[in-house]
Amino acid sequence: MNEPAETDWPDRLFATLKRAGVTQVGYVPDAGHARLIERCRADEDIRDVVLTTEEEGVALAAGAWLGGARAALLMQSSGVGNCVNMLSLMRTCRFPMLMVITMRGEWEEFNPWQVPMGSIVEPVLALCEANIYRASAPHEVEGVAERATQQAFGGERIVGVLLSQKLIGRKVWTR
Amino acid sequence: MSLQRRHAMAALLANRADDLLVVPGLGSTTWDLAAVGDDPRNFYSWGAMGGAAMIGLGLALAQPTRRVAVITGDGEMLMGLGSLATIGIRQPENLAVIVFDNGIYGETGAQPSHTQTGTDLIGVAGACGIASCLDVRDEAGLADLHGRLKVFNQTLFARVAIDPAEPPRVLPLRDGVEIKRRFRAALGLNP
Repeated sequence: MNEPAETDWPDRLFATLKRAGVTQVGYVPDAGHARLIERCRADEDIRDVVLTTEEEGVALAAGAWLGGARAALLMQSSGVGNCVNMLSLMRTCRFPMLMVITMRGEWEEFNPWQVPMGSIVEPVLALCEANIYRASAPHEVEGVAERATQQAFGGERIVGVLLSQKLIGRKVWTR
Repeated sequence: MSLQRRHAMAALLANRADDLLVVPGLGSTTWDLAAVGDDPRNFYSWGAMGGAAMIGLGLALAQPTRRVAVITGDGEMLMGLGSLATIGIRQPENLAVIVFDNGIYGETGAQPSHTQTGTDLIGVAGACGIASCLDVRDEAGLADLHGRLKVFNQTLFARVAIDPAEPPRVLPLRDGVEIKRRFRAALGLNP
């Protein structure tokens, strides 16, 4: 695999969000999403909204859809737990909900405090009636994200796009 | 001095502008809004506690040519207090957040809320950077806020002192999908 394909997946993820017509992006800052957040903040057609907690981004997405706009929510796996009750809003009203989630607590994780939530992201999302997509290699990201956005906005579904820790790489703990 | 909640809601929405979209919180403010009269431009809430202000933010950003009024209770606002910090960063000029503050959790047995003895919501909103913060305590303040709702052009926060009396419930539409679809249709969107 050539070098660009290994590192440009956040740019291709950004391009996918743009093609899907996403104009609001809520996020809680996360190292794995740093490049994507930077692209969103630099785009004049995207309203980027830094959140104090992930559940705010769920309600933001509901409001966006009520007003005819499409939103995405970027977070780390620990944020999924913060969203659970607010996802009831999306289920009850059948709002589209696109969640792009960087995984922690799995591949090569150094911090055991990340494991309890990271390890239950998939069952928790399944209990919330979400459709789950996962990308574990750079070349998978764009195709997976493309199909996830189609299902979220076309099918009025909650969709979680999980970006494996294997894809993002190990956090550097000593510097 | 405090205001009766049904009277306050009716006064704020008298001669409601065509472009005013209203997002109430769950519980009493949704019943108050229903009591004024049904309208497809209302996004009634029977749940999602803590989410009203953020629903309002998403809607305001999506609909910059219309005004959005979130009208919620103190308990609902307290659960989403961080959203005032989030709104303070974005500051959409077409968003008003109005809190009916009765100092109690009226739906659950009138237990005292944080605003009764501690939290000053106007202070919180101001400290989050929201430039225009109003304390509405009487008829004159209510009339002023009513006027501003038609013309405001910067993010507005208002705390309205509400009497703790709970009037009989007036229940609006309950089906979330229907509430959503008719709201979008009222804005000319594909439901």
